[in-house]
Amino acid sequence: MLPEIGLGLLWLAAALAGLQLLAGAAGLTASGQAMAPLVRPVAIVQGVLAALAFACLITLFVETDVSVKLVAENSHSAKPLMYKIAGTWGNHEGSMLLWVTVMGLGGAFVALVERRLPERTMLATLAGQAFVSLGFYAFLLLASNPFARLYPAPEDGNGLNPLLQDPGLAFHPPTLYLGYVGLSIAFSFAIGALVTRQVGADFARAMRPWVLGAWIFLTVGITAGSYWAYYVLGWGGWWFWDPVENASLMPWLAATALLHSCSVLAARNALRTWTVMLGVVAFSMSMIGTFLVRSGILTSVHAFAVDPKRGSFILALLAIYIGGALLLFALRAGTVSEGERFNITSREGALVFNNVMLSSILAITLLGTLYPLVTEAFGAKVSVGPPYFTPVSAMFALPMVLVLLVGPLLRWRRDGLGRVKAQVVGPVLIIVICGVSAYALGVHALLPLLGLAVAPALIVASFLPLKGRNLRRAPLSLWGMVVAHAGMGVALFGMASDSAFSLERLVAARQGETVAVGPWSVTLTDVGPVSGPNWTAMEGLLQASYAGGKPVVLKPQSRTFWAPLQTNANSALYTRWNGQLYTVLGEETVADNGAARWQLRLWWKPFVPMIWVGGLMIALGGFLALISRVAQDLKRRVAQAKGDFRREAIAKLEKGA
Amino acid sequence: MSEKPKAPRWTLWLPLALFAGFVVLVVGGLVRPKNNDIASQMIGKPLPAFSLPAGSDSRPALDAAHFKGGKPRLLNIFASWCIPCRAEAPVLEELRRAGVEIDGIAIRDRREDLAAFLGQYGNPYARIGVDDVSRVQLAIGSSGVPETFVIDAQGTIRYQHIGDIRPDQIPMILDKLKEAGQ
Repeated sequence: MLPEIGLGLLWLAAALAGLQLLAGAAGLTASGQAMAPLVRPVAIVQGVLAALAFACLITLFVETDVSVKLVAENSHSAKPLMYKIAGTWGNHEGSMLLWVTVMGLGGAFVALVERRLPERTMLATLAGQAFVSLGFYAFLLLASNPFARLYPAPEDGNGLNPLLQDPGLAFHPPTLYLGYVGLSIAFSFAIGALVTRQVGADFARAMRPWVLGAWIFLTVGITAGSYWAYYVLGWGGWWFWDPVENASLMPWLAATALLHSCSVLAARNALRTWTVMLGVVAFSMSMIGTFLVRSGILTSVHAFAVDPKRGSFILALLAIYIGGALLLFALRAGTVSEGERFNITSREGALVFNNVMLSSILAITLLGTLYPLVTEAFGAKVSVGPPYFTPVSAMFALPMVLVLLVGPLLRWRRDGLGRVKAQVVGPVLIIVICGVSAYALGVHALLPLLGLAVAPALIVASFLPLKGRNLRRAPLSLWGMVVAHAGMGVALFGMASDSAFSLERLVAARQGETVAVGPWSVTLTDVGPVSGPNWTAMEGLLQASYAGGKPVVLKPQSRTFWAPLQTNANSALYTRWNGQLYTVLGEETVADNGAARWQLRLWWKPFVPMIWVGGLMIALGGFLALISRVAQDLKRRVAQAKGDFRREAIAKLEKGA
Repeated sequence: MSEKPKAPRWTLWLPLALFAGFVVLVVGGLVRPKNNDIASQMIGKPLPAFSLPAGSDSRPALDAAHFKGGKPRLLNIFASWCIPCRAEAPVLEELRRAGVEIDGIAIRDRREDLAAFLGQYGNPYARIGVDDVSRVQLAIGSSGVPETFVIDAQGTIRYQHIGDIRPDQIPMILDKLKEAGQ
């Protein structure tokens, strides 16, 4: 019964999305104004219904109801509860349902709390959100029904891809989706603003918290995904420039650019058209990324839910929404009045530079991701890898970081470099000192050397805007900026350190053999079988000691899952303040004399955890800024309510008199 | 005041034009039948002279002269950072077990990455050369990784396979080798 209820809820939600679109569009016309009050409540109910349908699907997975095709294909009764729940979104249909749920709830949330936008823009925004939702409802109901039944029902399910049976990954996709789909709100805002031609500082102030919210989730999601790839895939790398990873990076780059251009628009009423375009582009990148990953048009290491037939459906949606939004942009943007002017040496100038660099990285990432498709059109199949992405993106990222050392110190509108010269001396000295010492330490590769030189300077320079301020009274949004920029420096240092100082050993070790990697000596003391709820494994027992210190125990495993049957290396990590020891147990090899040897891969990665610490700092910075913006808004609302109350009271008194 | 003057109207259409290009590209990608039989410019021509340093401690360096004499061989262009190459590795291993001699050229790779790749995915190569700037790769008419060439005993390129060799293509590759041997 539950699957049918879920499906019914979904159809209802889709119908309400249709109503929301019609009422919103009619509300904008003179004759249909009576429909306008309908829009907000309908948006809220639509979101709630989608969420209930999603709850139905989760329940089916928890109960392992194998009469539902999706559950039978992706779950198994022997799986731990957490992975049963995570299985809901570990497949195509479930994740699309999560997509429309987030989109519906996002729209509902906007309808519930957003009061700053002019009412007409608000109507257009909610109608836009409903229009986009409608396409995804259609896709879900017509081409990927998550509640389809299976006759006859099998005895048990197939299980979940073992790579996905990991606590980190269980909650990584929902986080990322909140980010991807959260950007749909910025998209709808941009549509709304284009329809009513009302783009200005107020619009940017209203849009900013929504962008910030989505961006925080994206940042956390990418950071978690990178760490997941790092320890689950067992390759020791943390970013592979794989299409799936690029699909998450591109919306992030666009959203980061959007955040910065939003603050220019909010503070100075400049960059109007550019901001609106970024609002369209950010969510477009989410959709393009999803399309590239889902359609199977590009080969990827972690394509878990691929179906070429569905590709054409998503492509049609892309063509309608992105094409439509860009057409609207082309037609309307020319009539949006021009914003304020500013000097190049100014806060705006630095932020424009930031935007150009971020957009360039976005463009080269998109180009590299699509390049295999381009060459395939000419009959050649290629794989574009890190040798292209890393140096080309660094070419734009490094100048951006250099401008970041100065940018936050500059004043709005017009400034001279002479004023900030004294403050920049410190960071420049740090660049020289760190660069020279890294070179002396033997780092001769260009990019790691530059990274190691610039990162510490960035961390220090990030705190300069706080200089001369009362730290407790500095606004929270300023703290947010400081923490996020410092996080960039921390992450950059981790990345540079990983490629400059990582050491790797690959050996076939006998029991009792000791292997040295960097300051560590690692002894393979034992290998034995262990078993878990749905897997068995060979587990290596490693005694590792750092520079002759007290040994620590690591237990890397080579796991065999039986539903579905698959082997998977489970790495074991040990984290110290100055880096991470990373161990992987491979296959057993038998030498000619019959002695068993085990393939053992060891890495010593100095300071590598800083990559993810930095990522979380960036997200924390965004969170602080979000709190600050929301608090400001609440304060403004309370003040306004008070003012209204007083005015009313006075009016009453006057009437009484 | 140096803010850019108002952008010309046509620039507003640029995003839409770029997106249209993207749609054309992917529609092409979706409808085009998967077809890898493209005749290379270099087929029928002798392998250009080259000499590449060894990429692995356990295998010798690679020289164009090695292809003269003996029997037809495969020349596989690969890289540790290339994802289809991971999928191709077991197929190459199977070809090696079938008695095929395979030489490899690793493109823009680091020795430690290469060692890890060979350690994890197997090493079917008799010789491995490293081509750090894709010079040899381009000279023999390859533009991507992975690609595989059939080279006959006279050192002439007889066949170019673009993309990874799939398991069901093994018989085809063996046929090409047999043809090259006649």
